[in-house]
Amino acid sequence: MNTPLLKLAGCAVAVCLLPAGCATVAQVGTLAGEAAGVITSEQAASINRTAVAAEKTFQDITPEQEHYIGRSVAATVLATYKPYDQAALNQYLNVLGQTLAQYSEKPETFGGYHFLALETDEVNAFAAPGGLILVSRGLIRCCRSEDALAAVLAHEIGHVQNQHGLRAIKRGRLTSALTVLAVEAGKNLAGDGLAEVTKAFEGSITDISSTLMNSGYSRALEQDADAAAVQILSRAGYDPHALIDMLAQMKSRMGADARGFGKTHPSPDVRIQSLGPLVAASPAGAAPARRQPRFEAAVAGLR
Amino acid sequence: MRMLTLCGALGLAAVAGAETMRVQIQNGQVRGTPSFLGQVVTGVSYGQSVEKLGAQGPWVQVRTAEGKAGWMHESALTAKRISSGAAGASARSGASGDELALAGKGFNADVEAQFKAAHADIDFSWVDKMSKMGASATQIAGFVKEGGLKQNGGAQ
Repeated sequence: MNTPLLKLAGCAVAVCLLPAGCATVAQVGTLAGEAAGVITSEQAASINRTAVAAEKTFQDITPEQEHYIGRSVAATVLATYKPYDQAALNQYLNVLGQTLAQYSEKPETFGGYHFLALETDEVNAFAAPGGLILVSRGLIRCCRSEDALAAVLAHEIGHVQNQHGLRAIKRGRLTSALTVLAVEAGKNLAGDGLAEVTKAFEGSITDISSTLMNSGYSRALEQDADAAAVQILSRAGYDPHALIDMLAQMKSRMGADARGFGKTHPSPDVRIQSLGPLVAASPAGAAPARRQPRFEAAVAGLR
Repeated sequence: MRMLTLCGALGLAAVAGAETMRVQIQNGQVRGTPSFLGQVVTGVSYGQSVEKLGAQGPWVQVRTAEGKAGWMHESALTAKRISSGAAGASARSGASGDELALAGKGFNADVEAQFKAAHADIDFSWVDKMSKMGASATQIAGFVKEGGLKQNGGAQ
């Protein structure tokens, strides 16, 4: 990288990464090729389609698309896990959760953060893309304080803010859909185009739902969500040690249960161990007196 | 070294030129102060353009097309262009990196309708119900105060 030309090329790429409009290298080539009469516009379109196809990742999903993916993922999870129809508990989850979201890296999403309890004793929680978060009665029972429940919700908000759900979409799935959308932009999507996009949508929902319910995220992504939780809790004024307390409760309550978190998450011990250095820096303080009564009131029906 | 300086200058110029931002959430709110506790001055919807006047931490000072000024959290905004796929967007321009990134088409209500039609066993009624659950700014402010939490959500 010592020659001026290479530096200039590097510079051009760097500038290209900035938000201002910028054609891809392939496009510049095809535009030039067309202008010179070397290739036909059909050939150019084909080359562009290939170039576009190579670039698609979860990061190309728009906030609106993420919202619709999240709705269908949540609906798919709710086909397996029944909602817990307890208005007071759900309202408390939403006030607590929406408060926590304000302290996250991504307080605003297309449709906002919304929370719902699930009527199952299995220890489990699901964060659908965009901010629809489902928490089981079994997991809420692992929480002995508002700070602990805040830790559970903050972990799920961490999955949303870092778009872990979208990363579960298989490679190539989006390429076909987003390529159709790119090439067909300006036309009303119909026929084969619509069918191809719908197929990719269905596949994406399956990829994410089965990751949430069966295979789980990688240990690295779970650590990432735990780190986000510690950050959100500290910023909000909750005690991050409550996450460790909740995990210890989870360990004793869950035992050898191979369902839910027993299947999809690293063991509580592993999580507690990796949380150690993150939490060590935070002073453990007594929670203000009025937190516990409102928490107890909200979860009273579960005890 | 001179080339690096030039590169930096070009980068700065490109950033300084990007003063128009777009709303990337369904119901954006412009507030009187850079805080979620700030009074809502006006609402802005997905894809609407706002002019960036300045910034304070993650809060962006904006002016709407109607001339109303206020603050929005940066997570509600994008520098990318949102295409509605409207007239004039050819196959070639549709492939532009920015426009593509927020195409505003594709996985939308139409595709969801197709998904619902194909999966009668999947019920969206609780998804709709939970999407309406939430707390008002006043409720959150009260909850924060009562619980002795830090009163600076969104200040990070």
